[in-house]
Amino acid sequence: MATGIKDKVAILGMGCTKFGERWESAAEDLIIEAFQEALTDAGIEKKEIQAAWFGTHIDEVNVGKSGVPLATTLKLPFVPVTRTENYCATGTEAFRGACYAVAAGVYDICLALGVEKLKDTGYGGLPATAAFGQMQALIGPNATAPGLFAQLATSYFAKYGIDPAAGKKALAHISAKSHANGAMNPKAHLRRPVAEEQIINAPMIAYPLGLFDCCGVSDGAAAVIVTTPEIARSLKKQDPVLVKALAICVSSGEEALFSTWDGAHLETTYRAGKMAFQEAGIKTPRDEISMMEVHDCFSITELTVYEDLQISPRGRAIDDIKDGFFDLKGKIPCQPDGGLKCFGHPIGASGLRMLYEMYNQLLERWPEERRVKNPRLGLTHNLGGIPSTNVCSVAIIGR
Amino acid sequence: MPGIVSFGAYVPRYRLKRMTIFQAMGWINPTTIMLAQGEKAVANSDEDSLTMATAAGIDCLDGFDRTMIDGLFFASTTMPYLERQNAGIIAGALNLRDDVRSADFSGALKSGTSALLSALEGVGSKNANQILVGAADCRLGKMGSPQEMIFGDGGAAFLVGNQEVIAEFKGSYSLTCDFVDHYRGSKTIFDRQWEDRWIRDSGFDEFIPKAINGLLKQCNLKLSDFSRVIFQCSYDSERKNLVKRLKLDPEKIQDPMHGSIGETGTAHSPLMLARALEEAKPGDKLLVVSFGSGCDALYFEVTDQISKKKKRMGVQGYLANRADLPSYPKYAVFRGMLPVDIGLRGEADFLTRWSLIWRKRKAVLGLVGSRCKKCGAPQYPPQRVCANPACGAVDEMEDYPFADKKGRILSYTGDMLAASYDPPELYGYVEFDGGGRFMCNFTDCTLEDLKVGAPVSFSFRKKYYDEKRDIQGYFWKAVPRKEVA
Repeated sequence: MATGIKDKVAILGMGCTKFGERWESAAEDLIIEAFQEALTDAGIEKKEIQAAWFGTHIDEVNVGKSGVPLATTLKLPFVPVTRTENYCATGTEAFRGACYAVAAGVYDICLALGVEKLKDTGYGGLPATAAFGQMQALIGPNATAPGLFAQLATSYFAKYGIDPAAGKKALAHISAKSHANGAMNPKAHLRRPVAEEQIINAPMIAYPLGLFDCCGVSDGAAAVIVTTPEIARSLKKQDPVLVKALAICVSSGEEALFSTWDGAHLETTYRAGKMAFQEAGIKTPRDEISMMEVHDCFSITELTVYEDLQISPRGRAIDDIKDGFFDLKGKIPCQPDGGLKCFGHPIGASGLRMLYEMYNQLLERWPEERRVKNPRLGLTHNLGGIPSTNVCSVAIIGR
Repeated sequence: MPGIVSFGAYVPRYRLKRMTIFQAMGWINPTTIMLAQGEKAVANSDEDSLTMATAAGIDCLDGFDRTMIDGLFFASTTMPYLERQNAGIIAGALNLRDDVRSADFSGALKSGTSALLSALEGVGSKNANQILVGAADCRLGKMGSPQEMIFGDGGAAFLVGNQEVIAEFKGSYSLTCDFVDHYRGSKTIFDRQWEDRWIRDSGFDEFIPKAINGLLKQCNLKLSDFSRVIFQCSYDSERKNLVKRLKLDPEKIQDPMHGSIGETGTAHSPLMLARALEEAKPGDKLLVVSFGSGCDALYFEVTDQISKKKKRMGVQGYLANRADLPSYPKYAVFRGMLPVDIGLRGEADFLTRWSLIWRKRKAVLGLVGSRCKKCGAPQYPPQRVCANPACGAVDEMEDYPFADKKGRILSYTGDMLAASYDPPELYGYVEFDGGGRFMCNFTDCTLEDLKVGAPVSFSFRKKYYDEKRDIQGYFWKAVPRKEVA
């Protein structure tokens, strides 16, 4: 009988680069930067790492395929390195590989590292790739990520009878909150507070999403070193941060092909959340989760995720948004580091960046002004692909 | 007796006022002010002769069993492919049987009537029961030229057969002359022509009467026996001359629609014939004369079958479905005449994999999906494992065409980031009436026309153009339609 991941794996150390337009840095530089911080934090030597998982998403403007770039950059001494790629859940997928290997008792200490070098594209937004295969390229619309996610908003507003102007205002609060948080974070890509008014009046990217409804496209890397709780304690980490749940949920084709999905929520997020809450033993997420880093690739994604993760009731997320429930000083601070919106979104690194924020909040390492009070459980969430067809990851860590 | 069983038409939604052209380009050729009257129909940026012939074919075949069609002829001087049969692409889009004959008719502007004649004689020989003929053109005059003023875009289609014909084919007369009033080599995109006065005096003035008289003699008829005379003549002044010379009753002359559509090349006499059929009564005798490298003259007699009401847009329906294209630069960009910056994103390379295209031909060209025989769920693209979570049957699918289904918008957006010649790119999920859904582009509309729950139908359009390899790709897009109460 499977017993799940809860309390079987401890985080020994983490590292994360500054995200942003790192014109002077290659992916290799970012890898080294994140890794060295994680190694120092863990207080171990490189040779103690027995296996590694390496998350990168885009081949065209990054380091290419396979685990080789991680090993050769860090000169890992002939250890197994597995490349993971699972859309925007890539980083969390790397973490999952490392955690499962430790939990299985195969290795004592493992590394997961994610990196993306997006700013060698020559234009804004994600690079145009055949991410959905050759057939989809023939039959799919001429689309970009903002347009694919903007449809969540048109469907959501229609389903719940929300006036687009009122909808835009709620979305603006989501982005304004993340900008306020990002402004305090020295590692964030976008560090300027932005007023709701400016967000609402920004140029349209994909109706109804404007410029500030879209997350930053950034370069960056993040790393984590995991081990067993026993080894962590033996290495003088008395009260280590433990993994409570790790869930991945992948669309079955039902949303895209069969007539049940409403286009106004993320079915995989609902299901991944359910799996994770069960694994972590959480009964009422709204009362038990202390803080979250969710996949706010676009403001509307964050809004539907509030509901899909059962924090806000269906169709009622706007009430919580208005109440400041997800603000830094709210009941469940969401995106305390600025989120994808402002910390940035180097795809392969994002899941690990979220864990980095939750981990450091749990260890109460941040300055007072951006510290979440008495956190017990932190949740991270990634959503890769498009609203109808995607990979969702939910991880919960705590002390 | 062979004849026309059904007809259809297509006129693109965009109309460009000729004064808009003159205001932009009149400086280089001030005499074009003489032509700057009315408006012309202009293909959208995702349309060409092939998509317009397909649209006319769809209009023509509404309510007919496509499995009964034995052949498809396509006529145009602006086909996208020199090698790769264009009619074959249309046959795929219309989801016709594999065992049909097909041919492309090109070169002369009379090719539309030549294709129609060949089809009529084909069914007359009893070797084919029904043949679909489509003619369409999207010709380019150079910026500022008289041709740019004169040419318009459009298409027409006819289903010909031996049974239940609405217009019986009674006779024909053809002329072939290497009279080069205009020409275009294989390496150029713009039409070039000789002096108007010579074309008028030695061309239209000679060949149209010769073709008409040839037919009258052959059929032992007088011109006054005809209730409608349809002839192609790009000069309106010369048309008036001919009416006088032939002592034609002006009431019987078919309006060439130059002021609303323009001169549509191979499609023009077919389009005028389609318009005439919309008003025809049983017993009407129709004379159709095309012009271009000679003439074809065809004689039809309308039957009682014309009174049977049939669903179609027709010329009238499509003429009423109009939107102004207010910008000349936008028109020039649509036709590829002005280089324009669509951003680096637009330079992403897409390699057409012909073996994949062949394997998926029904799904891509024909929008054919699958329906589960166990649970009845329609699905696009076609699946082997049923997507209904309560079913999941394996290999229990049958072909299910979606192109003729209507649908409703489930979600939508207008995307300013996507590389586009007509931003914003409009797309979203469409739920088909009867089940099934897919995400596709919307066309022939604005963002304001899109609403969740709004009804759509589907149109075959240009999907991508690979400039490096000169490949035109096609697929289906959704077009919002007006709700019929």
